[in-house]
Amino acid sequence: MKETSRPSKKPNTLFFSVSATVEGGFHFLVLKEISLKSEEEESMAEDFSFPSIDPINFDLAVVGTGLPESIIAASSSSIGKTVLHLDPNSFYGGHFSSFSLHEFTSFLQSQQQQPNEEEVKDSNSSLDTNYTEIELKSQCLYSDIEITSNASSEDLEPSRKFCLDLSGPRVLFCADSVVNLMLKSGANHHVEFKSIDASFIYSEDGNLFTVPDSRSAIFKDRSLGLLEKNQLMRFFKLVQAHFGLNESTLDQEKKRISDEDLESPFIEFLTKQMLPAKIKAIILYAIAMIDYDQESPEQCKNLVKTKDGVEKLALYHSSVGRFTNALGALLYPIYGQGELPQAFCRTAAVKGALYVLRMPVRSLLFDKESRHYKGLKLASGQAVFSDQLVMGPSFIVPSPPVLSPHTDLQQEISQGSILRDINGQVARAVCITRGSIKSNISNMLVVFPPRSLLPEQVTAVRVLQLGSNLSVCPTNLFLLYVSALCDDATQGKKSLHAAINALLKCSMSKNRETSSLFPNESEVVTPTLLWSAMYIQQLTKVLEDPISSCPMPDGNLGYTNILESTEKLFQKIYPGEEFMPEAKAPENVDEQES
Amino acid sequence: MHGQPRKPLNPDDDAASIAKAAKLRNLQSQLLHNHHNKIYTKEALEISWKLLELNPEIYTGWNYRKLAVEHNLQAKTDPESIKSIVDEELKLVETALSRNYKSYGAWHHRKWILNKGFSSFDHEFRLLNKFQKADSRNFHAWNYRRFVTAMKNIPEKEELQYTTDMINSNFSNYSAWHNRSVILSNLLKRKAEGFTSKENVLAEEYDLVHQAVFVDPDDQSGWFYHLWLLEQTVTPDAPMLVSSWPIHDSDMIVSFKSNLDETLLSTSTRYCSESGTFPLILYFNQPVEGVSSSTVTVNFMFCKEDLLWRPLSTTNSKKSHAWVTHLKFPDKEDNSSKVYPVEVRLGHSQGIISSSGSHYNFPSRFAFKVTLQCVELEAAEGGSGMKMLDWGDGSFQICEDLPLDLSPILSLDQLKISRNHEPTALHFLIETITTEIALFRELLLEIKCCKIGKLTLARLLIAHDAIMTYNTPVEYKKVNTEEVLELFTDLMKLDPTHSSYYKDEHSLVLMEKVISNRKSMSKHCFFYGGSSSSNLCNSVCLRLNKLSLSKIGSFEHLLWVQMLDLSHNELHSIEGLEAMQLLSSLNLGYNRFSSFTALEPLRSLQTLKVLDISYNEIGVHSIDTTRYLCSSPLSHTVEDNCDFDEYARDDVKIADTWEAVMFFKGLQLRQLNMTGNAISDDNFRILLLKLLPKLKWLDGKGVH
Repeated sequence: MKETSRPSKKPNTLFFSVSATVEGGFHFLVLKEISLKSEEEESMAEDFSFPSIDPINFDLAVVGTGLPESIIAASSSSIGKTVLHLDPNSFYGGHFSSFSLHEFTSFLQSQQQQPNEEEVKDSNSSLDTNYTEIELKSQCLYSDIEITSNASSEDLEPSRKFCLDLSGPRVLFCADSVVNLMLKSGANHHVEFKSIDASFIYSEDGNLFTVPDSRSAIFKDRSLGLLEKNQLMRFFKLVQAHFGLNESTLDQEKKRISDEDLESPFIEFLTKQMLPAKIKAIILYAIAMIDYDQESPEQCKNLVKTKDGVEKLALYHSSVGRFTNALGALLYPIYGQGELPQAFCRTAAVKGALYVLRMPVRSLLFDKESRHYKGLKLASGQAVFSDQLVMGPSFIVPSPPVLSPHTDLQQEISQGSILRDINGQVARAVCITRGSIKSNISNMLVVFPPRSLLPEQVTAVRVLQLGSNLSVCPTNLFLLYVSALCDDATQGKKSLHAAINALLKCSMSKNRETSSLFPNESEVVTPTLLWSAMYIQQLTKVLEDPISSCPMPDGNLGYTNILESTEKLFQKIYPGEEFMPEAKAPENVDEQES
Repeated sequence: MHGQPRKPLNPDDDAASIAKAAKLRNLQSQLLHNHHNKIYTKEALEISWKLLELNPEIYTGWNYRKLAVEHNLQAKTDPESIKSIVDEELKLVETALSRNYKSYGAWHHRKWILNKGFSSFDHEFRLLNKFQKADSRNFHAWNYRRFVTAMKNIPEKEELQYTTDMINSNFSNYSAWHNRSVILSNLLKRKAEGFTSKENVLAEEYDLVHQAVFVDPDDQSGWFYHLWLLEQTVTPDAPMLVSSWPIHDSDMIVSFKSNLDETLLSTSTRYCSESGTFPLILYFNQPVEGVSSSTVTVNFMFCKEDLLWRPLSTTNSKKSHAWVTHLKFPDKEDNSSKVYPVEVRLGHSQGIISSSGSHYNFPSRFAFKVTLQCVELEAAEGGSGMKMLDWGDGSFQICEDLPLDLSPILSLDQLKISRNHEPTALHFLIETITTEIALFRELLLEIKCCKIGKLTLARLLIAHDAIMTYNTPVEYKKVNTEEVLELFTDLMKLDPTHSSYYKDEHSLVLMEKVISNRKSMSKHCFFYGGSSSSNLCNSVCLRLNKLSLSKIGSFEHLLWVQMLDLSHNELHSIEGLEAMQLLSSLNLGYNRFSSFTALEPLRSLQTLKVLDISYNEIGVHSIDTTRYLCSSPLSHTVEDNCDFDEYARDDVKIADTWEAVMFFKGLQLRQLNMTGNAISDDNFRILLLKLLPKLKWLDGKGVH
């Protein structure tokens, strides 16, 4: 094991690569280093100087260390490509990062300021006249940031003990493609997980009910009637039979859901199965995790088809019980979701990718003749060259100034940016509370189905509560991540506020109930809100892009869609290559995550 | 653990298994050598260790080790060496179990060692958790758990909680449900704290098991537990008299005959006695023991000495639904037409006990009157006056006015029996069954073809009718019969593999429907009257023919019957028929009896004179499977002194006919029809004539 730092006089630049022979067990302490230096670093930003990169030719350059970029880097280096992975930030993960409390606040605020601090760079100062140089800009994903603190600063100490996710709430499903990818790539050795203990659905009368999401959960459930239990379980079996998950393989064809049904709206299929409204809501919003109100199709932006609905159900079901030591379907990484991109970066580094943080890219270089992408011009002034380029979602190539005969290229690029489709927004909130919503349960998910809070609430609100056993906050405090899709900031924030208030309120009444049931537990702490941050994130979907741009954090609870787009992107740049080939000699790839 | 198909062996495994077999053979012969020569040295033990480690199924190996332990323990006295011997065995068992955790020999060996008392049980729960985690349904582990908890005196409530936890994590666990039923039975029996109210405990259990059967009706484990619960709910604790012969308040006319060959056929209140006695039959709601002259008092002026009661059962067990004794009349009784009262009292002292150990504790009495009558028939002229009984339809006339005294069902008021159930218990019982019925009706609306749901509903409906019949003061009309019959008909179609069971259940309900009520029974009661027979001889025949019955029951309603036609049904068994002690003529023709074993109940009918078993399947099957199905195979009751050789002939092998010999030997048949059975040939007829000296008609023809 050897860490070869390049000869460099710049102590603050994190810059390293690992020889390809490095084996497992390699420790990657970069993030720690950053956090120790973060304050010092800000003051030194002025006289910051950049390292030079050698070699300067790569198969692939990746800009940004978000999860999709890191997966592309890991996968590409696994198939033997030389990879340069850059990030202008001093930390890994981009929009998939987790921050300490101070860092979180300052990052959010910096994001809001950014549009103003447009540096005018002389794009014509190019040294190399063989290339057309197009300036790279970054776009801001967040707006309407609102940070409130109801607590003295000591309550929120130490700041470093917090790991706040930028794009929460987000979890992994035990059987989802990201978990598979981690097992396949060996990235699982760099992260530890814990399961989310329980999930609840909010009912209009202000109560939280455990989501009956598995056979034994339905058995234990006390809120459903016997017939409802029967109906729900039968529907689960129907879906399991459709995917051949049942033991009996006889008449597999007969048990499949008909094609006609698969193409019909999921809500219609559920109605056809004679399921009562209560159960439909559980299936749609608390298990299939659908966002938009399916009951009013005229207003619904995304009417989910049966095909997609049952797939989500099947994912949930195969997640329950996949790992013997995971209780339910959902997993969360200890130290926050920022661990995931880092894990893939480590995997990439083990395979020989070169990592340079704090290295902004000034512009992209295009061949004047062929008008093809050739390389990057870095903030250091150095030009590096690569055959392929992949960029994080916050980087955009603005419409280039009208010039020269290279209209084709410009057209292409400008078209590219036109084809970015703004797809609505997601309202997110992070709250710090003292006391859990449910006594005795620290990590839990709560789903508020559409219109359960407000008549105008058209999307589901999801809340993820995490406790200190996930090492994301100090003892006795809890994090609440809240999100909802929305058309505008006001609408989104209204839903989030309603959800947070409802939780604090119903947990109080609930806790009183339980305390009367169990007189021994009289010291139930009702949760109080100490701090919260609420912001709106743009959801932009890249439709067609000549420069490969990675997906941004979406409004979903899981990573499945992000991974799907990432795989497509990989297939686009390396057609026919295997996406993340299995790690050789995987050391003990037991499916045991604790 | 379950539902994993076996993989076929590949050639490499083949070679390995040959090598393994050779090794096993070698070790085994060494073990046997040591065993025979009583060698218990360290080396010898090592060999048995290796063998059992490889194959824990070798019982000889375990037994050898037991002998070795006994031998070696004798020589040792210091605790250290004893401990090392015992620990060695425990270690071996654990090793063997990790190879095959379902090895009976290994689990037994462990119990044996621990029972020696040299070792603590602290380690055992760790072992159990390991095995119950690997397979939560492993019944060996659950058995062992019961053993360990009993040895360690673990409170049963803790173990009950353990089963709750196991069921909560996966309710498809027969062993957990079973253990729960065992623990609950104990707790309820002991009336442990928190378990004093059977009603409350059962209500909670119903709630739990409903979750299982509703969440997954396809999973059988919950249904089994539900069946157990239902049994706990409906089975009355205490035995109860439900019927008798003669019945309460009846006026019996007992006729004597002197030296007449012809049986005088009787009606329900008229009994013809040949031997100067007449039977008294008690029928209970469950098999009981302990009916004797000390538990039943009979007041009858001629009854001087203690009566001898006999259980009516084909098994050797001392328990039976029906008990019989014979009341004797003085040899010479001139006082014709004099009325004698008879009173029967029981329940005043303890002693009549059900199989669950409950005593008959409802003081009850019934009384009837007997009129003795000496009948003077015209002197029989040789044998010519006797007529062969003709089962043809022409011989029967419908009873348009059925005698009112044909009301064989005892009402509880008449018996002066206090209610079987405490009012609260009865209320719980009716409410529980009613709720269950409503629930399963709902389930069946959802899942139309849930077989076990239908079966459960049918059982519940039957239970409901039974409870209402015995617990309502006015005559209760069974309201559920039609629905039950329909359910069983459906089940026969839905589940052809078990159709014969459903058919049997259907038959029992159908039969009950026909005879439990006066109106419907009267449709099946006929007067038998040959053209020449006098009115006096007219007899009532119950004709239950052509009903496609496969099983019969409801014997408590049939104790009075002397002439019964069950022909043209699908009967394969007549279990319980032994209770019908008055039966003198029986037609079982055109049924599905496949052996004499199936007819065994007839052997206890001493008055049976006329038997028709024509057109059955006796002798068709070379192997008599009834023997395995019957609760009382004929062979169990073979008298030691039976001399088969007497009936042996050169051309008849005893092996083929011993059953027939056994069956007919005790019978006093006058008329027998056996045509249409595979066994029936000329040789067999010769054997029959030898076996039945009183036989006058065989296969419709006069003998001689």
